[in-house]
Amino acid sequence: MSEHSPGGAAHGSVKEYVNGLLLSLVLTAVPFAIVMSGAVSGPAAVGVVLLCAVGQVFVQLIFFLHMNTSSEQMWNVTSAVFVVVLVAILIVGSIWIMNHLNHNMLMGH
Amino acid sequence: MDYVAEPIPEGYTGYVEEEHHHDYAGDTVFGFWVYILSDCILFATLFAVFAVIGENYYGAPDAHELFELDYVLGETALLLFSSFTFGMAMLAANVDNMRGLLQWLGATWLLGFGFLVMEVNEFIHFTHEGAAAWSSGAWSAFYGLIGTHGLHVFAGMIWMVFLVFQLRQGGLTMKNRTRLMCLSLFWHFLDIIWICVFSVVYLMGVM
Repeated sequence: MSEHSPGGAAHGSVKEYVNGLLLSLVLTAVPFAIVMSGAVSGPAAVGVVLLCAVGQVFVQLIFFLHMNTSSEQMWNVTSAVFVVVLVAILIVGSIWIMNHLNHNMLMGH
Repeated sequence: MDYVAEPIPEGYTGYVEEEHHHDYAGDTVFGFWVYILSDCILFATLFAVFAVIGENYYGAPDAHELFELDYVLGETALLLFSSFTFGMAMLAANVDNMRGLLQWLGATWLLGFGFLVMEVNEFIHFTHEGAAAWSSGAWSAFYGLIGTHGLHVFAGMIWMVFLVFQLRQGGLTMKNRTRLMCLSLFWHFLDIIWICVFSVVYLMGVM
């Protein structure tokens, strides 16, 4: 990728979008197949679903949004990493605190 | 110690824009990127609410009874392909192919419309089955999260209509290219949020 448009976003190519689409289709089909067929269950199924989701998010960030670690994109990536940390604190923190609260209130236990 | 003032550089006005105005479009796209990241935080709060109260059904039908995964797979496919067609639209714009750009944008719009019709249809079906937004904490969290995503898709479709008018009027000017770039970021972002929705809400909901 040599050409860049405003904001450090790269242009991409047909091949890149097709590869992104194919990878996304696979990473969508696998978790749906596992859950719909019931082939895998329990924590293993949760693990596969989450891994495929994280994988597909990265596939789309790289192939559709053309994120990379070039210097033009430094601020895009830095701000995104910052938000990932915020989102993790928000979600993990909420689940953690509310589980403890439920536990202390003897709800469901 | 004596203070010696630095000589004022040639052409200095004291305004930052004077030095940076050539990067206007880049600033706009980066600013829009920051907006999208702030939207991520909005969705994170909704996901957190769903994670906390997503199983408090309070007697209403639960996810196992209502979710139909093949239907959700259909919605997912529509949104994924619309993300791809928007990419094709961007490639057409890069080579100044206005006709191709409008055709790919049209395809994207129709796929987004199909997604929204399926989603609204699902909401109506669930509500009839007794799982309305006001039935229980779990369903409020469900409609809050998925409805917010749906509203974003709807907003993107309205924006796309306006952008097509702007493109037909002004052509592929720098300003319109910047707008197109922002909308493409927005549209791809919505598909990324949907990946989290179908994984966490639907797939893990029926496990």
